[in-house]
Amino acid sequence: MTALLEIRDLRAAIGEKEILKGLNLTINAGEVHAIMGPNGSGKSTLANVLMGNPAYQVTGGDILFKGESVLDLSPDERARRGLFLAFQYPVPIPGVTLVNFLRQAVNAVRGEEVPIREFREKLFSKMELLKVDPDFARRYVNDGFSGGEKKRAEMLQMAVLEPAMAILDETDSGLDIDALRTVAEAVNKLMNPSMGLLLITHYQRLLNYIRPQFVHVLVDGRIARSGGPELAEYLEARGYDEFLAELARA
Amino acid sequence: MTTAPEAIVGEYKWGFYDPEEALFKANKGLNREIVNVISDMKGEPQWMREFRLRALEIFWQKQDPPWGSSQLKEIDFDDIHYYVKATDRDERSWDDVPEYIRRTFDRLGIPEAERKYLAGVGAQYDSEVVYHNIREDLEKQGVIFLGTDQALKEHEDIFKEYFGTVVPPADNRYAALNSAVWSGGSFIYVPKGVKVEIPLQAYFRINTQNMGQFERTLIIADEGSQVHYVEGCTAPIYRSDSLHSAVVEIIVKRGARVRYTTIQNWSNNVYNLVTKRAVAYQDAVMEWVDGNLGSKLTMKYPSVYLMEPGAHGEILSLAFAGKGQHQDAGGKIIHAASNTTSTIISKSLSKDGGRTSYRGLLKVYEGCENVKSTVRCDALLLDEESRSDTYPTMEIDAPNVHIQHEAYVSKLGEDQLFYLMSRGLSEEAAAKMIVNGFVEPIVKELPMEYAVELNRLIELQMEGAVG
Repeated sequence: MTALLEIRDLRAAIGEKEILKGLNLTINAGEVHAIMGPNGSGKSTLANVLMGNPAYQVTGGDILFKGESVLDLSPDERARRGLFLAFQYPVPIPGVTLVNFLRQAVNAVRGEEVPIREFREKLFSKMELLKVDPDFARRYVNDGFSGGEKKRAEMLQMAVLEPAMAILDETDSGLDIDALRTVAEAVNKLMNPSMGLLLITHYQRLLNYIRPQFVHVLVDGRIARSGGPELAEYLEARGYDEFLAELARA
Repeated sequence: MTTAPEAIVGEYKWGFYDPEEALFKANKGLNREIVNVISDMKGEPQWMREFRLRALEIFWQKQDPPWGSSQLKEIDFDDIHYYVKATDRDERSWDDVPEYIRRTFDRLGIPEAERKYLAGVGAQYDSEVVYHNIREDLEKQGVIFLGTDQALKEHEDIFKEYFGTVVPPADNRYAALNSAVWSGGSFIYVPKGVKVEIPLQAYFRINTQNMGQFERTLIIADEGSQVHYVEGCTAPIYRSDSLHSAVVEIIVKRGARVRYTTIQNWSNNVYNLVTKRAVAYQDAVMEWVDGNLGSKLTMKYPSVYLMEPGAHGEILSLAFAGKGQHQDAGGKIIHAASNTTSTIISKSLSKDGGRTSYRGLLKVYEGCENVKSTVRCDALLLDEESRSDTYPTMEIDAPNVHIQHEAYVSKLGEDQLFYLMSRGLSEEAAAKMIVNGFVEPIVKELPMEYAVELNRLIELQMEGAVG
């Protein structure tokens, strides 16, 4: 069986600075993976590189999605193939309503004009599923949103676009415990056996609500250790400093 | 001025399909005789002839403003027809209309009949049927909505009382020029307490000469009345004559409310130098919505003079400068009374080396208490070659005022593009979406059909802006 996402010896840089230094990771459909790591280990770079952010340069290795390299594809082409990135810092688009944005996004991802009625039904059912206020859709994308609202809007986009592979970059950052729970519940509702999920997080707390089968620790641009959910708890109990010291000793 | 003697009588061309519709086109160049000929042709009262001649003297004395664009020097005043009768516009053939204008008509889906009118060739767009019904409704309410020439004939008393009081000929060089050779434009009088429900559009009386080069518009909203006037259209207006210099005067009496919406899309050879000014009295509201897309150079700063307590002025300005274009736009608010409020919102887009400038004046006179004003200018640059400048002037001579001024210049954001593209939008679609969002605060104030067309037009102008 072809893996959903296969990252092979991936190297990437911003300008002269190499950040990912040979990263390997394979995710199959139905799996939830978490990547944890200290600040500066390359977590957000990985998220951006997977989605094709032109600010980063891939200097080596490959990213295979459904068995095909996506390195030469633009972000929109990757989105159309079923990749999705929930941003750590969702970008405000003033003057563009969420509903208008989502409609265009759905049409773009599907490659055809979705009838307005069908779209609205989908949008409203997903909003209900995620317990999002109907007025939300008429607000401008991420413009003046609270931290929780931004993350919920990301989840709504994921729900409507129905990607095959979703990458959640620090989705827990800036959320209080209630908002975190709401967002995590949303993710759990959206996850399904044909989908892959990659959670990128600094803290273990998100993983109390979304349980990954696989946990990887990213250190200095490489996966330093992989394991099950217990690895996250181990890391949380010791802290990154002690974990890094332990790695150094090993 | 070099004028051949025969120019005194002008160049007559007679048409025989309608004996009363003489085709007339004054020779190029500007002198007293031309002004007299214009006044004669229109059969104007003596006071208007004197007003014109006085204005001509002022025009000759006045210089261009020192802060104005250096492009103003390129205008050759001897190479312009100062008077062309409407019926004479038909002479040009459709083949003379530049290719890019015809393409834009196609893309905007402008009906065939309208295209020819907009391009200044062939038969005029016939909207008489619609117009008649509207006119009857308005007449019942006592509203006067006429071409300015016709209004001078039919309502001379009210015309004389207000004409030239808001923008006197000596105001600036181009106001003087317009005062000397004006022709066409709209005249609106709304009686006390009458609220005109539908926006009045120059379109409705498109068969009169409403898109002249030197049109003159005068609007009087009597106490407690309300009116929205819409001029221009999103389709490009092609004129071979390169100077458009209009004057708009508006009087908003106590408790009245006027909104004046302009969408201008002159062809890229036109110098568009327009003076627009309103006076607002007690508790009156004046709103300018001003969209500038076309022309080579536009200099236009709609103004509101807040003359009595409770008056409110609002200016929403949108400018789009493409290749070879300079949009020098903005607004002026003069607080001449206490308890007055104002808002200026300016949005500008520059692409392909186009240049936009925001030029604004906010003045608060001494002794005015409790004045509030908000000024916000946003400029969006779509590429590296384009340019935007801000020239805000504030003259605040009173202590108790609350002024907020914000100005932002941004480039089409890589972050925004990446975000939208990560949701499947192509780079071009993403850029269009960002730009449409950027102009949304202005566009949402437009009547629906204009809003739709304006969005389409901006999208059209955006094509090829990225990638």
